[in-house]
Order: sequence, then structure tokens, then C-alpha cells
Amino acid sequence: MISVKNVSKSFGSKKVLDGLDLNVPRGETVVIMGRSGSGKSVLLKLIAGLIPVDAGEIWFNGTEISKLNTKKMNLLRQKIGMLFQSAALFDSMTVAENVAFMLDQHTNYTKQEMLKIVEEKLELVDLEGVQHLRPAELSGGMRKRVGLARALAFDPDVIFYDEPTTGLDPVTCTEINQLISDLHERLQVTSIVVTHDMHSAFSVGTLMVMIHEGRQLAYGTPDEIINIDDPILQQFVLFGAPDQILKMENPILKAYIGR
Amino acid sequence: MNRQPATHESNDGIRSYPILSRIKVRLHNVLSEVGQAFTLFFQTLVQIFRPPLQFNLLIKQLLLIGVNSLTVVMVAGFFTGMVLGVQGYIQLKPYAVEGSVARFVCVSIVKELGPMITAFVLAGRIGASITAELSTMKVTEQIDALEVMGTNPVKYLVVPRFLACTLMLPILTIFSTFAGIGGGFTAVVTLFDVNGSFFLLEAQKNLYVGSVLISLIKATSFGMAIAAVGCYKGFSISTAGGAEGVGTATTGSAVISLITILILDFVLNHILFNILGLV
Repeated sequence: MISVKNVSKSFGSKKVLDGLDLNVPRGETVVIMGRSGSGKSVLLKLIAGLIPVDAGEIWFNGTEISKLNTKKMNLLRQKIGMLFQSAALFDSMTVAENVAFMLDQHTNYTKQEMLKIVEEKLELVDLEGVQHLRPAELSGGMRKRVGLARALAFDPDVIFYDEPTTGLDPVTCTEINQLISDLHERLQVTSIVVTHDMHSAFSVGTLMVMIHEGRQLAYGTPDEIINIDDPILQQFVLFGAPDQILKMENPILKAYIGR
Repeated sequence: MNRQPATHESNDGIRSYPILSRIKVRLHNVLSEVGQAFTLFFQTLVQIFRPPLQFNLLIKQLLLIGVNSLTVVMVAGFFTGMVLGVQGYIQLKPYAVEGSVARFVCVSIVKELGPMITAFVLAGRIGASITAELSTMKVTEQIDALEVMGTNPVKYLVVPRFLACTLMLPILTIFSTFAGIGGGFTAVVTLFDVNGSFFLLEAQKNLYVGSVLISLIKATSFGMAIAAVGCYKGFSISTAGGAEGVGTATTGSAVISLITILILDFVLNHILFNILGLV
């Protein structure tokens, strides 16, 4: 569904991505892992067309996005839902106005129809009766849920999650992870999750990719990832991986735990 | 005393001048910023004529910029008129031409100080607030969110603010000009022995349609400049700028707006008076 081919991106003299390849098949939840500053969020913004690539190609549903004009890019973006790290809710609007934003901008729905959709989407993220509240009145977890409801409002083909659990307490983190897994099962939507939280990565990912020094270091299912004998990857995985992974009878993991 | 060398040799042996290279970098940055600001300005002009125009957003900005600024603009205009009246009378009296104080006050307020004072007030009040709002949206990824949701941020955020500033500044200038003339009238009639009817008659005699036209052209141009600078400074901050970046952008916006207004005023004076011959 999404194909990233030999993509490079620099900011000033700093090369963030250096010939990165990535394939996101339809219906999968692909977790992009990597250390802070490794270019994970930049990759999401490149795929969403928020920043241009320096070199390489990004294909979305058979279309190379750098060749699209602004109008076509905006149409393509309507198929993308994105949950930002800070939720990025519009401060000046209520929760209902935030969730209904795309409907208001791109459809001719009546106010009643929009309110009905808002209610449905808020129910999907386990929130009710918060329509009239402002983002400043919400907790961190609620803001992420509203951000997710807004991302779902236009029934996207793909959802991008940028650090969905960053800044949340462990209980809320688990709830958000569960929510991402539930949405994947219920809506069968393709998802890309950027995170360095291994607990989150193993909870939601059906495929995982590790980015290191601007390139793809490893790619595979969670089972395949823990069987790759690479010190950089395994050090990263062992920091914060959930207990069910750490307690597995896996010789590679045991070897790195021993170190 | 140790002194920094004025020059040093680089690896390739070519003598370089640190001060000159710093000036070169600074100049490059300034020109680059001016270029980016003009790019945003032209993008805004293009987006104004691309339907649909979101009237609800425009009306919100018109109220915020126009109605909410009316009192402060009128107070500023009134006291400027009073100061002008007092100073004018004191300066003209030794030459026994104190009767011309009405002309002095009215012409100065209409052609120069009315639009200028209104623009200064709005640059501090509205230009800075536009920058603070947009830069905060940039830092908190709200502008990225707009783009991801298929909405053009220039169309959604800049166009309503630009149009509201451009439309409201001439209207506010009319109010501040009346307040200014009222201030001058109040000062010279109450503090000095100038006849009120004489003042109004003199004011009426010395005001031409051309003068009002000059005032409105200047006010419209200042409105465009305030919105353009405010929006550009808000958009130009990087996402990593944080609270410090928002503060710097806001201060920069107010300062650049004020300087731009002064430069524009000089340029417009030259064009309107010297080239077009308006009076």
C-alpha cells in the first residue's frame, strides 16, 4: 500500500534519512522503531507529504506522491488519518469541532449529521459526553483519544500514529495500545506506528522495522525481529520490551540479556 | 590589551574578514526572509481569489481586529490630536498665525498621523497577536494537522487575517481621524481662546477628497503589511522553536511591522505627493 524507496532527507548538514526503504502492506500495523532523532517522525511527515524528500520515491496506493500537485495531494491526504505526538488539537475549537473538522471542510453534511459522526467516532475511542469541552480541559490520555477520533472521522485508509504513548502514565499507555489494537481488528485499517516504546511496539505491531543511521536495520514480524542476531537491534528491543517477550525461551534474546 | 585579529587565514591560505563574512551571512538571511515573506504574500493573494472564501472565519477576524480595537484606536487618536493642537497653537502663536492651528491639526491627522497611529496600535495589538497565535499553532503541530487533513493553512489561517486587517485598518483610521480632530478641537477650544466654529470652518476648508484618499490608501497598505508580517513571522518559526521561539517571533513581528510601516509611509508619501501630485 505504501512503498518508500531509497529515500534520503537532510536538515542543513544533518542527514536524517540515508537511502531508506520500507514497505507497508495493506491491513498491517507496521511499527517503526529507532532511537530519538533517528528520523522516525520525519519519515511519517515525508509519507504525509508535509515535507519534501531530497531523493528517492514514496508511493501511496500506486501513486508517487512527489509528482502530485497541491490539489491532488490534499485529496490523497483525505485518505490519511494522523495522530500527532502532542495530539495537535485546535485550541480554539471544542472537541466536537475538532473531530468534525474534516467533515466540515470537505463535505456538505448538515450539522446534525456531523454531530452524529462525531458521537460515533468518540465512542470508538471510548469517550462520551466530552463534545463541548475544549482541549485545555482534557487530560493527556483524553487528548490522544480525541486526536485519534479526529483521525478516524473521515474513515481513512491508513492511520499514522506519531509516538502515541509518549508522555502518558503506564495505565493510559496500556489503554492507548489496546485501543490501537482494537481499532486495527475492528476497522481492518492499515496503520503505521512510530515509537521507541518497546512495550507499545510489541503490543500493537504486526510488522516491525528498525531504523538506524537513516537506513532500515531490520524488518519483519515481532517473532522474526527477536530472532535477528544484531547487537544494535537487540539492545534496543531489550530496553523496555514486555515481560512476555523477555521471558521467552529464545537463545538470541537470552544471549543479549546475559550481556 | 589582547585584541581580536581583524582578519585570519583559512586553510586554503585565502585571507578572510570575519566581520565582512558575518555581514554577508546576515545580509543573506535578511534577503532570504524577505523573499519568503513575499512568497507567502503572493500565495495569500492567490488564495484570496480561490473559492470558497470562508466567511465565518473572516467575520470572526473582522470582529477581533476591528470591533475590539476601536476603543484603543480612538483613544490614541484623540490624545494625538490634543497634543498636536497644543503644540500647534504654541508654535504658531509667536508668528501670529495661530488661526491656522485647525489646518495644521486636520491636515496632519488626516494625511499622516491618523493612518500612522492606527497602524502602530494595530501592529502592537493585532500583528503581534497573529504571530503569537500562528507560531503557537506551528510549535504544537496544529498547522501540520491542518495540512494532513487536506486544508491549506494559507487559505484557512492567513487569508481571513489578511483580509480582515486590510479591510479594517481604513475603517479604524476613519474613526481615529475623527477622534484626532475632536482631540485637537477640544484642546485648542478649551485651553486657548480659539473659537470652535472658526476651527471647524477652517478644518472643513482645508480638507480635500485627495487628502482622504491618501489616508485610506496608506491605511490599506499598512493593514496589508501588518497582516503579512504577522502571518509570516508566525509561520516562519520551526516546530522545535518552543516557547522561546514564540516569544522571539512575536517581538520580531511587532518591531518589523513598525519599521515596515515607517518605510511604507515614506514610499507612499513620495509616490502619492511627488509622483501622482495628490494634495
